[in-house]
Amino acid sequence: MTSRKSVLVLGGSSDIGRAAARAFARSGYDVGLAGRDVAVLEPDAADLRARYSVEVGVYRFDVLDTAAFESFVGSLPALPDVVISIVGLLGTQESAQSDLAHATTIMRSNYEGPSLILGLFAEKFLTRGSGTLVGVSSVAGDRGRALNYIYGSAKAGFSAFLSGLRARASRGGVHVVTVKPGFVRTKMTEGMKLIGPLTVDAPVVGDAILRAVENKTDVVYVSGKWRLVMLIIKTLPEAVFKKLKF
Amino acid sequence: MTLVSGWGRFPVVDTDLLRPRSFEAVGEAVADVTGSVARGNGRAYGDAAIGTARTVAMTGFDRIRSFDPVTGRIRLEAGVLLADLIDTFGPRGFLPFVVPGTRFVSVGGAIAADVHGKNHHCEGGFGRYVDRIQLATGEGETIEVSREQNSDAFFATVGGMGLTGVILEASMRLRPVETGWIRERVIAASDLDAAMRALDAGDTATYSVAWIDCAARGRSLGRSLIYLGEHAGKDELADGADAFPLGRNPGLAVPIDMPSMTLNRYSIRAFNELYYRLGARRAGGSQLVSLYPYFFPLDSLADWNRIYGKRGFLQHQCVIPEAGARDVLGDILDRVARRGDASFLAVLKKLGQGDGLLSFPLPGYTLALDFPVKGGILEFLDEIDHLVVAAGGRLYLAKDARQSRATFEAGYPALPRFNAIRKSLDPKGNIRSKLSQRLFDEV
Repeated sequence: MTSRKSVLVLGGSSDIGRAAARAFARSGYDVGLAGRDVAVLEPDAADLRARYSVEVGVYRFDVLDTAAFESFVGSLPALPDVVISIVGLLGTQESAQSDLAHATTIMRSNYEGPSLILGLFAEKFLTRGSGTLVGVSSVAGDRGRALNYIYGSAKAGFSAFLSGLRARASRGGVHVVTVKPGFVRTKMTEGMKLIGPLTVDAPVVGDAILRAVENKTDVVYVSGKWRLVMLIIKTLPEAVFKKLKF
Repeated sequence: MTLVSGWGRFPVVDTDLLRPRSFEAVGEAVADVTGSVARGNGRAYGDAAIGTARTVAMTGFDRIRSFDPVTGRIRLEAGVLLADLIDTFGPRGFLPFVVPGTRFVSVGGAIAADVHGKNHHCEGGFGRYVDRIQLATGEGETIEVSREQNSDAFFATVGGMGLTGVILEASMRLRPVETGWIRERVIAASDLDAAMRALDAGDTATYSVAWIDCAARGRSLGRSLIYLGEHAGKDELADGADAFPLGRNPGLAVPIDMPSMTLNRYSIRAFNELYYRLGARRAGGSQLVSLYPYFFPLDSLADWNRIYGKRGFLQHQCVIPEAGARDVLGDILDRVARRGDASFLAVLKKLGQGDGLLSFPLPGYTLALDFPVKGGILEFLDEIDHLVVAAGGRLYLAKDARQSRATFEAGYPALPRFNAIRKSLDPKGNIRSKLSQRLFDEV
């Protein structure tokens, strides 16, 4: 290991994960990429090494395999300075309404897994007395909407977890960042109708995560417009809100 | 289906726009349909990067495979943008050997159009620095082509407008540089003869290009500012200066389609007059400029193509062989000046020999003009094409949306050979773009 700072990206093959890894490597961090399929991560690891001459490791990590979390953390060559969880699953609201297995997978992928793994790193970080944890949550967690409340409720749970963890960990020198990207052009949203002015590309999110870590920001709406949009959505009275079809 | 157009925003075509996530998926995407072509960052002006049925978006393939910081050799995926290469490897002392007028082009697109830069007269085009290309053929097979292996396919792919297959990966050389600065010298030329003399005298300069005031007429016809440039060494920088000034993303953008009357003969003439006078003041001495404004003056204005209004614009770029170029260029400029709506993008530059079978450059002078799409323009450009063909010249496919088959065939004598190679790589004819349908394919 070098004396450089290090970041571990959980969900390293996602578009936002790749963008975040590039942003951190560009500013001199060594990088760990973790995901279900190590072979998929290798080309991105090679890309980071070629571009930025940093050390890059790849690790197998499955967010649904919570039983393996402790051994995963223990198997890392060193405890990183920053851990970012980008893992998530949009799923299909319509089928999740009747398919319990699918609903469960959405809930576990967006809430249970990301919360438990960041919680585990939080304990290690608190023991060390330093570190930053980043959870990529969603504006969908700000209020449950008719069209995606299963995903949204899991993200709401994750946001609440991060909020509480931040309050506790800040006293121990550990910082927690909640990122709410809004619409991002990625694999996950491909084919969806996104609203142009509210949509950003993955590198914008990657850069925003790096900035938030460096500036110790608590909650980041990647585009400021979303803060306003969600403020309006959150303050609509329930009587009005329940009539909306979105 | 998705509406897609080139940078000129004309024509607009409905196409099945696919974004494959793996090279295998690229092969499948082209093999299972008649009529697909790869698309990089969409900076070709016309219909080159739109398939007749399907368009395969490649910008997701943006990984560097390997880089050797001693030799500058790099292997990369075709969707990497030159902007990305410059920002990433510039600070490490390496730049692409050849850059066109925008840095927002992909490596795959730069190979397919064998793009040229301000150094073509002495250093050749983009393809000259490419050693190896990985290609997905119309059959869906992956092949490697180089000067040694499948060399016919290599020279058909360099400048082949994506019609030999989808460029997946390339190995190439980057240029070692000490700084990100260019020592620029500006020469004011009062007419076309002076401009051509200045360009000839600039043959020894690494970079040379002339901006022409195409509103000037009569004795001032062809008056120009000639920009010569050399890479600046570290010892030329002031103490404490940043060796590699970082390029900023465009700060300004054209937010809406401008009304088509924004550019009229009065506003264009006023702009050209002002630009010439300001430039002429800088003439004589030399100054250091960052590579970004030197190579990419228009990149600082995002979406500048919207300035031409909703109907879009046509770029006309021809090259005229050296012998007799003076008279033909004079004739073209005179017609343009009389017409009055050519814009501020009139560029004259010397080119050397092209490398690919269909590479645009040939030893001579290239003139680039742009025109808003409006009544009479197509007929006017046909007249210009007659002059070009009669002089043994040709048009640049990456900029073209409207030339006739006759013009194309006259300008590219290697076409039959290219078609034979294309056929051997893609016997079913799966790779077809709107451009190939217009100019290459059997009807």
